[in-house]
Amino acid sequence: MTKPVLRVQDLAVTFTSFTGGLLQRRERQLRAVDGISFELHPGETLGVVGESGSGKSTLARAILGLITPDRGRVMWRGEELTGLGEEELRQKRKELQIVFQDPVASLDPRMTAGDIISEPLWTFYPNMARLQVEERTRGMMKVVGLLPNQINRYPHELSGGQCQRIGIARSLVLNPRLLVCDEPVSALDVSIQAQIINLLQDLQKKLGLALIFIAHDLSVVRHISDRVMVMYMGQAMEVSEKSSLYQRPLHPYTNALMKSVSIPDPRLAAAARQDRWLTGDMPSPYDRPKGCIFHNRCPYRVKRCEADVPALRRMENRDWVACHRAEELDLSI
Amino acid sequence: MALLKVSNLNVHFDTREGVVKAVNGMDFEIGEGETLAIVGESGAGKSQLVLSFMGLLAENGSVSGEALYRDKDLLQMKPKELNRIRGRHIAMIFQDPMTSLNPFLTIEKQMTEVVRHHQGLRKDEARAHAVEMLRAVRIPDPEERIRQYPHEYSGGMRQRVMIAIGLLCEPELLIADEPSTALDVTVQAQIAELVNEIRKETRMSLILITHDLAAVAEVAERIIVMYAGEAVETGSVDDIFYRPQHPYTQGLLASVPRLDRSSDDELQAIPGNPPNLLELPSGCRFRDRCSEATGQCCERPPLWIAEGGRTSRCFLPMEGGAIVTEKHVAEEAE
Repeated sequence: MTKPVLRVQDLAVTFTSFTGGLLQRRERQLRAVDGISFELHPGETLGVVGESGSGKSTLARAILGLITPDRGRVMWRGEELTGLGEEELRQKRKELQIVFQDPVASLDPRMTAGDIISEPLWTFYPNMARLQVEERTRGMMKVVGLLPNQINRYPHELSGGQCQRIGIARSLVLNPRLLVCDEPVSALDVSIQAQIINLLQDLQKKLGLALIFIAHDLSVVRHISDRVMVMYMGQAMEVSEKSSLYQRPLHPYTNALMKSVSIPDPRLAAAARQDRWLTGDMPSPYDRPKGCIFHNRCPYRVKRCEADVPALRRMENRDWVACHRAEELDLSI
Repeated sequence: MALLKVSNLNVHFDTREGVVKAVNGMDFEIGEGETLAIVGESGAGKSQLVLSFMGLLAENGSVSGEALYRDKDLLQMKPKELNRIRGRHIAMIFQDPMTSLNPFLTIEKQMTEVVRHHQGLRKDEARAHAVEMLRAVRIPDPEERIRQYPHEYSGGMRQRVMIAIGLLCEPELLIADEPSTALDVTVQAQIAELVNEIRKETRMSLILITHDLAAVAEVAERIIVMYAGEAVETGSVDDIFYRPQHPYTQGLLASVPRLDRSSDDELQAIPGNPPNLLELPSGCRFRDRCSEATGQCCERPPLWIAEGGRTSRCFLPMEGGAIVTEKHVAEEAE
């Protein structure tokens, strides 16, 4: 097996906020990411799935050093990113890039497609010849499926899908080795979502990128992922191979997420409705349940789940799960 | 009798770049207790269609045609008259529960305002009614929670409050514009179920607007598929899902990633992008993206109609269908 390019160990990010006004100021701690560990190999895609507030975007930002974690390490090709100075980290970003969720809002409305895509080149290689920059920009546009005459268009003149292609071209222009996609398709129409997912999959094969693909929907990540991590309130509930996760999830929460996905078939959908069991909302992040973080919504809970925090542990089939009862439960879909 | 009957509805916007034809020649009706879904991508005109007969278009928008609500044309009504219908007889829920609630007012204030205005209830009556409605949408501990502000509610709960507000005056018709797209899948499923239950209990009619076909599979009875301002196909939920006629509907269904199918095949994307409404192509509006397009698609495709009001606008013949001559299209051509 190849050596992993990315190794994340016990990563944690806590946000502090204040409540109670001037005189009764109280500090509140929000554990957005709470001890996440995983490895990523070259050319591999890890899907990260969870509801809003599960910490997926914070995890992405912490990996790229856009947020300083308060615990844990991020190892990139054997080198620790988490202690690097600003300039060193900036240089590393050539290799680690991100694609954001809202394709229109994340692009500068006053810059043309060409300006947006070539900006990273100007920043990192200020001495690059103008012609070379243009050549590289045009090449990139072709790779992501933009037309040559769109180089002078502004984001508002293009559709959401085209803007997302600009976002992808911009992140690829520096030849990164890792691309983190933070909900790259959730703001797009269904017919365009499939285009972007297929594009990312093609690019990955061609360029041998390692990919982290974040989404809130299990059906979206399935097509592109080799492995999937399911997050809940900042913790990993399960990290499994795609083939096993979608057939026999190990964690009850994964099973719940799977059953919540709507199916575009009236008869199957009616049957699936009977099968849904997850109710209620995620608990307040300021009032985290003791023991297993999921226990208050879990129909399989036993006494032990209310007191002991289950560690993420490796099962016989090499998948990882954080559930006391993983061996005895059969959660096959 | 139809509760709402819309005929040849057109919505245009005057912009600096020219006239945007957002909705063109829409015809549909909805009966009592019926659920109709209007499905289409962003820019298909589905929201503008509804906003137009609710009198909520932006200032540069204009509407023509007819929208008969119990035989009275909503488009001809004076603002005062329309106000009596809106909220009380027809209620609307908007897409984003985060921005449609006023962050400075308690939930109680926002809920009681509606019933006091429309039904002239006293303050305590209005409050009791609001609490009852919150209970109906499964807000736990409604007597307490009604005193809170929107930010103290989660996204899913805020959308439930929006639904409760929509239901306060027991409307005959509820229009929900993407009621669950801003929500997590787990919450979406809960909201869909809730809307379904309430509809069964109250016999209310429901128009659901969405870009997500999967989301309406469980709820809708009839579906209109819109593309670039037009209805390309209409039919019962079974027609649309099991016997889609129009290549666009087929493409839309094929592009949804499905957990119940193999993931080894590439997703079937519809190539290209929806057309610019300022420079609509001649003939079929979908032809640039259509795998079945031929030379004749540069002409306007015919409208097929079959039993049960099923329609498709395409040169491909529709099983059991016949071509209709459209009056307003003929007029437009002259």
